[in-house]
Amino acid sequence: MANPPTKPAAGRAGMKKELPEHFKAYRHVWVYVEVERGRVHPVSWELMGEGRKLADKLGVELAAVVLGAKSPELKQVVRQTYHYGADICYICEDATLAEYRNQPYTRALTDLVNTHKPEILLLGATTLGRDLAGSVATTLKTGLTADSTELDVDDEKSLAATRPTFGGTLLCTIHTLNFRPQMATVRPRVMAMPEPDTTRSGRMVWHTLGMNEADIVTKVLDFVADAASNKANLAYADIVVAGGMGLQNPQNFELVKRLAATLGGEYGCSRPVVQKGWMPAERQIGQTGNTIRPKLYIAAGISGAIQHRVGVEGSDLIVAINTDPNAKIFEFAHLGIVADALTVLPALTDAFARRLGVRALAS
Amino acid sequence: MHIVVCIKQVPDSAQIRVHPVTNTIMRQGVPTIINPYDLFALEEAMRLRDEFGGRVTVLCMGPPMAEDALRRALGLGADQAVLITDRRFAGSDTLATSFALATALETLGKEHPIDIVFTGKQTIDGDTAQVGPGIACRLELNQLTYVAAIDSLDKAKGEIVARRRAEGGVQVLKSKLPCLITMLEGANTLRRGSVQDMLRAARAKVTVWSAEDAGVGDLLKCGLRGSPTVVKKVFAPQPREEPAEMVAVEGKTPAQIGDAILDLVFARQPKLEAELTA
Ligand SMILES: Cc1cc2nc3c(=O)[nH]c(=O)nc-3n(C[C@H](O)[C@H](O)[C@H](O)COP(=O)(O)OP(=O)(O)OC[C@H]3O[C@@H](n4cnc5c(N)ncnc54)[C@H](O)[C@@H]3O)c2cc1C
Ligand SMILES: Nc1ncnc2c1ncn2[C@@H]1O[C@H](COP(=O)(O)O)[C@@H](O)[C@H]1O
Repeated sequence: MANPPTKPAAGRAGMKKELPEHFKAYRHVWVYVEVERGRVHPVSWELMGEGRKLADKLGVELAAVVLGAKSPELKQVVRQTYHYGADICYICEDATLAEYRNQPYTRALTDLVNTHKPEILLLGATTLGRDLAGSVATTLKTGLTADSTELDVDDEKSLAATRPTFGGTLLCTIHTLNFRPQMATVRPRVMAMPEPDTTRSGRMVWHTLGMNEADIVTKVLDFVADAASNKANLAYADIVVAGGMGLQNPQNFELVKRLAATLGGEYGCSRPVVQKGWMPAERQIGQTGNTIRPKLYIAAGISGAIQHRVGVEGSDLIVAINTDPNAKIFEFAHLGIVADALTVLPALTDAFARRLGVRALAS
Repeated sequence: MHIVVCIKQVPDSAQIRVHPVTNTIMRQGVPTIINPYDLFALEEAMRLRDEFGGRVTVLCMGPPMAEDALRRALGLGADQAVLITDRRFAGSDTLATSFALATALETLGKEHPIDIVFTGKQTIDGDTAQVGPGIACRLELNQLTYVAAIDSLDKAKGEIVARRRAEGGVQVLKSKLPCLITMLEGANTLRRGSVQDMLRAARAKVTVWSAEDAGVGDLLKCGLRGSPTVVKKVFAPQPREEPAEMVAVEGKTPAQIGDAILDLVFARQPKLEAELTA
């Protein structure tokens, strides 16, 4: 097993303003760039955008970590990391990394961390990122904050990762004080997608894995790709209409679906709606469902709990329909309508259909 | 086969109420449940036991009252229950939790070597999905996360084939026992406990271990002191600086309200109007 990166300082009381000596070796912000089957998960670029901001604030470099089997696609990914803001790209090419498996990936990433010592390491909170982050943090015996919704560095150059706490109303900010690197995962779409700059370039640092296929216990027998057609694409939709418990019964969700269809958008719901079995889990919006950043989000009969809020706050325009004028959702919506969703939804659908229909005919 | 399922007792989030004035969670009187995701893990463990023989142990770290959750698991058909409870575990983050659970698993395994450890995908209170990978890493178990189905298990060869949810598809993985599996929701249907199991559960003894009983030697790795993450601030989210523009509805027909909303939407998002009408 790899050596733990640091020794804990003297307990909690050992917090100091001045960065402890053994931390000074840990520098730069890293983003693990998730490549699966030749494709980069968009969350990695979103994190690069955020990582760039943190690195600039700290006055350090931003590095991307790319792991995979040697291929033209991987070469292309390395180039892209610079476009998305990396100064350095750490790359480990090995046949055993052709498909994601915990064992060789954990080894590659922990070895890289132990060799080059980043102060911050960010990963996407995907099935892959969470599988990997959990093992890497445990191997390194360092702190990991899951599903952060906001990242910043404080005056003491410590990573401040904010996420909702249990219960629906509060947020908390978590630090890893006496250990390095400071690790956090962030769910897709929580951070904005940065604009790539194709003129940028950077340095490449190679790493050798030093594992043989025979060392790796788990084998991938097959990969069954999801059928593209029947998957909701909520996270990347431009227009989303969602319903909450205020819609009262599963039949009323037809109103949500009709408005979404009229606008050519996607539909979704709050978590209790999924728990009731009124909608499938893939339609859930919020911290533990899809994070969305559409141009227009219409929320009907949703109270606006913090777990819902963090999943929709990146939307350009939030329209909330709720019978309760004191509903939390009006604290972060741009347009509010205090009225019965069961009458407003069909009226709004008709209004859009009329307007779009007329315009469509005229043009 | 010896299969251990890690279950956590959590407050029933559907019943959580927030104090309207102080904004704090009112935990008092909130009923506790077995973390819903862990029930899928428990069911899968019992299914394997029923097919291949052996026993299912449920393991929980929590306050003394977490015994309830374990007793419920016994009622559903688990064979043995162990609670690790100690003041010094309080305040554990995921690193410290996985340390305590992994150590207890090691101690359990000395009596009956463990073939599979199951955990849920994640908890509904911590919601990190890190404790499973943490345990696997500490015990050097082969790690299979987000498992939607176990296709086959060859006891003699110690081989397991499982379907793992990945981004954009499902990986079919062949691995070796001992392994740790985190189970996806909806992977199976939970059985109702039989009357015999219920009766047995009511009489059964839940083994209660302190840190020492569980074999935890290094208490510095437990609880608050063993947790590298520190909560520095807890705060209520602030309302957006610019308050929501409220659409007047008084005395208007639904059609008028619809038009009013639409006008405001397009006024704020002219590009959207152009795209929609293009
Ligand atoms: C760990 C954790 C994770 C969570 N993750 C998520 C998540 O990802 N996504 C999520 O959404 N929630 C999540 N939650 C749940 C969240 O805390 C709230 O309970 C949930 O968002 C509330 O859903 P709701 O607004 O639909 O229902 P309610 O809170 O019951 O609100 C219903 C609203 O409808 C209004 N209403 C009633 N009748 C009408 C009508 N006729 N017309 C218009 N309005 C009406 C009411 O005034 C009320 O505001 C999570 C909770 C926890 C503890
Ligand atoms: N205190 C605990 N006792 C037993 N099992 C736990 C405990 N905490 C977490 N787990 C297990 O680890 C899984 C993931 O938890 P989490 O990392 O908190 O999301 C859960 O589904 C449980 O199976």
